[in-house]
Amino acid sequence: MADFETPELKEYPVIPHLQEGVMAHSRPFVAKEEFQEQLGFPGELVDNWEQVALDKMKELTGKYRGFQVFLDSCVKCGACTDKCHYYLGTSDPKNMPVARQDLLRKVYRRNFTFAGKYFPKLVGAVDLTKEVLDDWYSYFHQCSQCRRCSVFCPYGIDTAEISMAAREIMDCVGVGQKYCNEIIGKVYKIGNNLGLPQPALLDTLEGLEEEVEEDTAVKVRFPLDEKGADILVVTPSADFFAEPHVDGLIGYAKVFHEAGISWTLSSHASEAANFGMFIGSYENMRKVSLRIREAALDLGVKRIVMGECGHAWRVAYSFLNTLAGPFDFLDPKYPVPQHILEFTHDLIQRDALTLDKSANDDMVLTYHDSCNVARASRMGSRPGGQFTIPRDVIRASCNHFFDMPQDTIHEATYCCGGGGGLLTDDLMELRVKGALPRMEALKQVVEEHGVTHMNRHGYFSRRHGKERSDVSPLRRG
Amino acid sequence: MGSIEANGKNYETDEEGYLADLNTWDKDVAEVMAKLDDCELTDNHWEVINFLREYYEEYQIAPAVRVLTKAIGKKLGKDKGNSKYLYELFPYGPAKQACKYAGLPKPTGCV
Repeated sequence: MADFETPELKEYPVIPHLQEGVMAHSRPFVAKEEFQEQLGFPGELVDNWEQVALDKMKELTGKYRGFQVFLDSCVKCGACTDKCHYYLGTSDPKNMPVARQDLLRKVYRRNFTFAGKYFPKLVGAVDLTKEVLDDWYSYFHQCSQCRRCSVFCPYGIDTAEISMAAREIMDCVGVGQKYCNEIIGKVYKIGNNLGLPQPALLDTLEGLEEEVEEDTAVKVRFPLDEKGADILVVTPSADFFAEPHVDGLIGYAKVFHEAGISWTLSSHASEAANFGMFIGSYENMRKVSLRIREAALDLGVKRIVMGECGHAWRVAYSFLNTLAGPFDFLDPKYPVPQHILEFTHDLIQRDALTLDKSANDDMVLTYHDSCNVARASRMGSRPGGQFTIPRDVIRASCNHFFDMPQDTIHEATYCCGGGGGLLTDDLMELRVKGALPRMEALKQVVEEHGVTHMNRHGYFSRRHGKERSDVSPLRRG
Repeated sequence: MGSIEANGKNYETDEEGYLADLNTWDKDVAEVMAKLDDCELTDNHWEVINFLREYYEEYQIAPAVRVLTKAIGKKLGKDKGNSKYLYELFPYGPAKQACKYAGLPKPTGCV
């Protein structure tokens, strides 16, 4: 592994002393021309990039009211300074949310405010230079857009919005991030982030059918592109590909089987994740979202259910109707879309699933609230449903559950490192260091309660003929 | 962009050492890649690498981890058809490390 120091897990969280510039070297790979152009961005840094960037900033402040308010309203109170996992894990002061925002705010002030135009030194306003752009590239890729800081900001300033705008500006001048942009291109070409073509999906799903039947002697189906099914399920493509993600997908299939409701996956919309949000690009977010609409229309389904993925749920819950609606062709009795956990929770409430909790007695569980589910969306019909529904489902399927400390769950949940378009090996140092607060919280419940598994969401997978909740290590954001 | 040398021949790679062009792959470059990771390729490694290449040829993508474990289990016995065995062979993760030696592109996405 790479040559950096893994932060020590302490007994109590400690706010670190500042180490200026200690993460200035952290930069993800820059997207090549081909990855930029398939998203409609210039292939390399354009000649008049300063002007293009400022024009874009102006356009975004006009388009997104919140963005302008966030740039104008910070009073430097410092409430956010110790709330970011990347600051706590790296000690770099530019990873304090206020400092991260200021990287962009100081250029905004210089060009768009009276004080910054005439008295720049007094208000910390600076010109946009190549050094500033480099800092943007480095530090706006050290924000996982988790929004934890916004919970503690008395003005509700959301650093995620500023990071997204900064990335959009950088894409528009030709400096995009390889990880996100290559992946979005794959969705356009093939239908999902991994680039799994339809025959590979089919082969994988057939294998899962065989496996579940061998394990349980029950023929549970994993339908793909089946017209006339009631429900279209859209889930992250990692669920087809990776371990232990696939246990989630197996669980969904079993829940649908038990519920006796017809469902299908789609090869056209074989991706719930929407990296268009990470790069702050409305157009790309919309293009990815429209695939769900197209698949729903083509397959003639009545409902849409989303598989587990934090930011996918934010896009689905908060933006899908705006991006790809109206969904007046779906059954109005159900929410559009519905989360797999809402769906499962409803079945449990109606006693439509038989669960044997004792089959999970070998596990002691805790639950990680996904940032985007906790702070950027909701679930079910009651306030706070995004906190209670997953826990209800876990409690219904296992006897041993303990929450992590109060200031690390619910709306104060810490990032798992999976979100914000940073889940890439070229940012491994950042990922390891940024995991510190979440790992410390986990360590506490492991030591106090003997927790063996951290559940990101309630999964079901039946083994040895019994229902059990399967859990997976923390991955997603 | 980088490159890797094996047997006097140059192979173009991406930033992370994966082959830029799948068609330039041969056994020599796989051996050299493994050596750089302090890994000695045994017959067991080759079973996996060969399966990955066959699968990629048919489906234009690496097999899902579950598909791979199942196939290896069928070929080498049930005790080897699990991720634990694959992680022993490829400690940096079967999907990434084995794909690299097989000349396949790195899997992208939330994996």
